[in-house]
Amino acid sequence: MLVTGVARQLGGRFVRRIQRDPEVDRVIAVDAVPPGHHLGGADFIQADIRQPTIARVLAETGADTVVHMDVTGTALGGGSRATVKETNVIGTMQLLGACQKSPAVRRLVVKSSTNVYGSAPRDPAVFTETTPPKSLPSGGFAKDAVEVEGYVRGFARRRPDVAVCVLRFANILGPAADTPLASYFALPVLPTVFGYDPRLQFVHEDDVIEVLRIASHEPRRGTLNSGTFNIAGDGVLPLSQCSRRLGRPTVPLLLPAVTWAGSLVRTLGMTDFSPEQIRLLTHGRVVDTVQMRETLGFTPRYTTAETFADFARGQAPGLLPPEALAGAVDRIAGLTARAGGHPQTHSAN
Amino acid sequence: MADAKVIPFDDDRSRGSAGQRQARRRGGGSRRGALGEPGEIGAVQPLPGRERAQEDEPVSREEEQPVRPPEADGRDGGLERRVAAGLAFLRRRLTGEYEVDDFGYDEELTDQVLMSLLRPVCDKYFRVEVKGIENIPAEGGALIVANHSGTLPLDGLMMQVAVHDHHPADRHLRLLAADLVFVLPVVNELARKLGHTLACAEDAERLLAQGELVGVMPEGFKGIGKPFSERYKLQRFGRGGFVSTALRQGAPIIPCSIVGAEEIYPMIGNAKTLARLLGFPYFPLTPTFPWLGPLGAIPLPTKWTIQFGEPIPTDGYPPEAAEDPMLMFNLTDQVREQIQHTLYKLLVQRRSVFF
Repeated sequence: MLVTGVARQLGGRFVRRIQRDPEVDRVIAVDAVPPGHHLGGADFIQADIRQPTIARVLAETGADTVVHMDVTGTALGGGSRATVKETNVIGTMQLLGACQKSPAVRRLVVKSSTNVYGSAPRDPAVFTETTPPKSLPSGGFAKDAVEVEGYVRGFARRRPDVAVCVLRFANILGPAADTPLASYFALPVLPTVFGYDPRLQFVHEDDVIEVLRIASHEPRRGTLNSGTFNIAGDGVLPLSQCSRRLGRPTVPLLLPAVTWAGSLVRTLGMTDFSPEQIRLLTHGRVVDTVQMRETLGFTPRYTTAETFADFARGQAPGLLPPEALAGAVDRIAGLTARAGGHPQTHSAN
Repeated sequence: MADAKVIPFDDDRSRGSAGQRQARRRGGGSRRGALGEPGEIGAVQPLPGRERAQEDEPVSREEEQPVRPPEADGRDGGLERRVAAGLAFLRRRLTGEYEVDDFGYDEELTDQVLMSLLRPVCDKYFRVEVKGIENIPAEGGALIVANHSGTLPLDGLMMQVAVHDHHPADRHLRLLAADLVFVLPVVNELARKLGHTLACAEDAERLLAQGELVGVMPEGFKGIGKPFSERYKLQRFGRGGFVSTALRQGAPIIPCSIVGAEEIYPMIGNAKTLARLLGFPYFPLTPTFPWLGPLGAIPLPTKWTIQFGEPIPTDGYPPEAAEDPMLMFNLTDQVREQIQHTLYKLLVQRRSVFF
């Protein structure tokens, strides 16, 4: 098995986990930079997937399963947007070319994102795998993901003997997540777009690892693990609810101001507040996960709300922690009970 | 049906006997409403104004804000219980411990706050009389198809309140709204929280499959933005997409006629250039708007009647029926004619626009 993008937390975790499965003989971990974390007993090969060397690596190792996790929104260690795009798009092309040449490859798993649906007010409330986006993402990671999926579809056409699985993940969160959304929620005060309350969906890191495992093994009885699947936790959290559960106050800004502030912050390199991120935080996005349950046979362990709770636990308390607010309301409830002259205690909760 | 003559509303004032019969019937209706009111309002409206403010600015100043209990020296346990319930509600809102469905529908907020804000408009201002509520099934998916009028989509909101308050099974109506609603800031947020979603086949089908009661106004902007002279003349019913959606889900179609909404903003002109500039489908000119500024935006206090008609079943058709354009057009016409007929009947019975 060959795994790309292992220098990231998620890739590293997946490599460590997958080696414990009896079906896996050997894991070859590939990335352009050496990972800062250990990879269990996997063989690390430092190779840039943008270079043709990846074809040699694949041919020499004779891997039968390729898990492509190097489609990401942010550069590792502060690279520019152009590098990220190149790794996403050119890297995928090189890797797919290498896979096409290698007769040993039987299975390809690609980590994509629900970003491919874009986010627009004219979209249906819930996206299924077949919903065409009303407005194609104009740039950034979302466009990369759309292009990557296009190349993967082309590869699947040319190599029908290879089982291809595209997993579209909702926003990945967890105690150790390093996604742009996680850094957004780490801000002391959350800037929001005035007059919009986007619906967000999260998927837990543990579930990501689990579903990647299911996709990279032989399908279990009664399930099919080739195709395109939305992966998200159950339920929906509006941004306002997220901020309350996190205990961080929001600052509603007008949309032009948010766009402007986003570009300013991006120029300063503080956080990746990209335009598609702003679109997500304006209109939100919810995907349908019936295919994930019924065809892929995967049930996430964490709902969207539980994922968020797990993420919030790993965060420093906000300025307005929910416990303190609840306590304040309870105190007031106690006061009114006393003011009312009734001795009985109120249980406002 | 399209060429049928509208009975001008000024004429019915002279119809003594019909008016009296109507008055008696309406008296019964409003009495029932009056009896139903206090309990309902008391139960679902703990502390309306304050929570609205809280909703608008999520987390700020909540410590001063929440409690100024009206009369803390309460007459009995009732007020105190309401204060406690209000505080419990506030606590849940502030800490984010509430549920929202995939469409963003916030049932708690709708029931406790938004409905209590709309209810006075429905009961006191427009004095909506609801008829035929028994035609809405107590459970399972159903598609309510209504006429659309009034320049601003108040008729949809009133229909939602009417279903919510009058249906014995406390059903919630999920309205399908135009895309413009989801483009506008604030409006889209409130619409999502009220359980509205975009009028597209995917969303409608998903809601019906969940067994929800879905409301649609297929005339769309053609209906709501038509000039006053064409009042109560139904426009084309879109492309009949609602019929194929109902057919696919086997959900009954319930025609609904709303009388009174046409006169709330008599649209005598349409500033097309201005509308194009603002990106709106029309820019209404009424006798008061925009001449009186914000005052002109107050709707006229007309008397409304919302009549739900006999359901038209759709589960008897074979599965491929949804692909049959002839059947679709026939069903669309049937629904349209039933609504138009009921509109004329209600107009004949109506004594005057305002009473």
